[in-house]
Amino acid sequence: MAFEPKIIGFLCNWCSYTGADLAGVSRIKSSPNVRVIRTMCSGRVDPTFILKAFQLGADGVIVMGCHLGDCHYQEGNHKTIRRIPFLKRLIRDFGIDPRRLRLEWVSASEGDRFAKIVNEMTEEIRKLGPIKVYIHSEIRQAAAHA
Amino acid sequence: MVTLTIDGKQVEVLEDTSILKAAEKAGIWIPTMCYSDYFEPYGVCRLCSVEAVRGKRSRVVTACNYPVREGITVLTNSEKVKWIRKIIMELTLSRWPNVRVVREMAEKLGIEKPRFVSLERDEAEDACILCGMCVNMCNEVVKAGVLGFANMGIKREVVLPFNERSDRCIVCGACVYVCPSGHIKTVIEDYKGKKPEFTLGPRTAIYVPTMQAVPRIPVIDTNSCIHFKTGGCEICAKVCEPNAINYEMKDEVEEIEVGQILVATGFDIFDASVMAQYGYGTLDNVYSSLEFEMMLNSTGPTSGKVLTKEGKEPRSVAIIHCIGSRDTNHHPYCSRVCCMYALKYAHLVHDRTSAAIYQFYIDMRAFGKGYEEFYVRILDEGVKAIRGKVAEVVEATSSQKDEGLLLVRCEDTLAGKLLAIPVDMVVLCNAIEARKDSDAVRRLFSISKSPDGFFLERHPKLDPTSTSTEGVFIAGCAQGPKDIPDTVAQASSAAARILSVLAKGEVEIEPVRAMVQEEYCSGCKICNGLCPYNAIEFLEDKKVSHVQEALCKGCGTCVAACPSSAMTGHGFTDAQILAELDGLLV
Repeated sequence: MAFEPKIIGFLCNWCSYTGADLAGVSRIKSSPNVRVIRTMCSGRVDPTFILKAFQLGADGVIVMGCHLGDCHYQEGNHKTIRRIPFLKRLIRDFGIDPRRLRLEWVSASEGDRFAKIVNEMTEEIRKLGPIKVYIHSEIRQAAAHA
Repeated sequence: MVTLTIDGKQVEVLEDTSILKAAEKAGIWIPTMCYSDYFEPYGVCRLCSVEAVRGKRSRVVTACNYPVREGITVLTNSEKVKWIRKIIMELTLSRWPNVRVVREMAEKLGIEKPRFVSLERDEAEDACILCGMCVNMCNEVVKAGVLGFANMGIKREVVLPFNERSDRCIVCGACVYVCPSGHIKTVIEDYKGKKPEFTLGPRTAIYVPTMQAVPRIPVIDTNSCIHFKTGGCEICAKVCEPNAINYEMKDEVEEIEVGQILVATGFDIFDASVMAQYGYGTLDNVYSSLEFEMMLNSTGPTSGKVLTKEGKEPRSVAIIHCIGSRDTNHHPYCSRVCCMYALKYAHLVHDRTSAAIYQFYIDMRAFGKGYEEFYVRILDEGVKAIRGKVAEVVEATSSQKDEGLLLVRCEDTLAGKLLAIPVDMVVLCNAIEARKDSDAVRRLFSISKSPDGFFLERHPKLDPTSTSTEGVFIAGCAQGPKDIPDTVAQASSAAARILSVLAKGEVEIEPVRAMVQEEYCSGCKICNGLCPYNAIEFLEDKKVSHVQEALCKGCGTCVAACPSSAMTGHGFTDAQILAELDGLLV
């Protein structure tokens, strides 16, 4: 059977989740590989959740929030934008390709953008293959790609 | 008070009044060509010369700047005065024999031909009669001090400094306004591209916003008021009897604490000049919907008459639907109101003129109560409805007969024919679009927008007036294009929602809240600074953080940041999310 990536999506309630809803009601085709977990704000996404997701075998994790300046909670996404780059470095050290973690902004009106990002991410993970822990040389290679 | 006699009539006037003003009060006309109420009398035309008799002494004086004296007798039509006036008028007429104001004045004084030889001058080129009105206006009233006299005698002329364009000129047009001979014309350059919002007629710098404005109080447009440019003018303050004009008033920012907000910021209309094929902004007689609405208004610039830019009644009018709406290049959505107001326009044009009326529509959407009936009625009135999107509006220049006409090219999709219809006037039905500042407003209230740019309601069917922010409601075209009945319905619903909270006296809050498990809290205070609502306080006695539940909105930022997992978010606890993860990744 062909490899189907399992991707966990953390979507903020106000923008991205509504955007995903819009993609749904607009009947925009998007890949079913992203499994969505709703949080009130992208700032609620505890780094532990992301690590836990990888630990449990997720091939990728995508965090989606409101565009900067649009946060329903004023500045929750500013906290996210600071956390994710650190986390990318951390997972690289763990031997996980940092491309498997992605942060994107999708507003409530961007159903098409949601679908586009989801499809892109799925294709990228499909190319990367199932999650595995790299040995040291591979990490360097992966870092060069990133 | 001073009493004097003018031509046998007794007049009582205030001290320091000029004879001219006193005569005016007595109803006696004294000719003058350089006098204006706006500025101090200048006494240059000498036409107002009258005989002032005081005792046995008689003098010829200029009435405009000679103040009245107790007991004097003024003769405005004595032989001496007539003789002097005749010479003055003859001299004036000989210099400007073809200037209309001079000829009219000469006619009034019964002078047909001057005895003096005229200079050979091109009066079409130089009609300045040197009355000095413009100079006085510019210096005394406007206080711009741009215009002045140069040279003497026959070479005297009104000039700009060094005969060049002056930076001090504010192009107020006061000189043009007072010039009696029409010699001064303003040349407004660099005006293209700076199109005022509506172009149907001029407006003064002090004006009543609309005839229906409440309160109906005039406002001053400080950007164009002369007083705010030079400190001069103040004519409005002079004529205002109750002294109600206050130039010192400033815009004020007031802070008002409220519990709930209804955002009803309305809409903008689509700028049709973007669609160059319709000639809006380049062709005369192509109007936007709002401009035409103004024209139809009985208190508008044409008092409700339908007139072309040339001031004539149009023989034919084209009304073009869907300008910028139902158009993938601009707005894909339907503006909803255009079909019906286009039909209203057709009805009013039919009512007020005998013009032939054409409606160019894509689909006629007469969706509301009584709307379809109205459509049928309009068709019965003889309005020609043509189904097809107009390709272009151009000037018709093919034949003499068509001169000045506009040609509307369109495919009649029902007849399958290409049409080119000559019309006098084109009315565009501009799309309703979200206001240009709607993004700023949206961020202010942290509400979302839908893909069309309008504010997003919480739920399209179940909650169409509230937004994602508690206590913020939306109504009207800020939420999406809608007509008046729909707007009233939505606004009433929003008002009812607001009142229901007020009546209850207490606010229900979402159960999603953060909470500190005090036994785990180490008192690191990381969460304190993270909260955008300052809902987290630090309890000094217990050395733990505490969430004030009424302030917390439940975003969970603090929960994610807590290093000891002491903070939990109701509804989104770590355990719940991890369980979700578990479930998703089996």
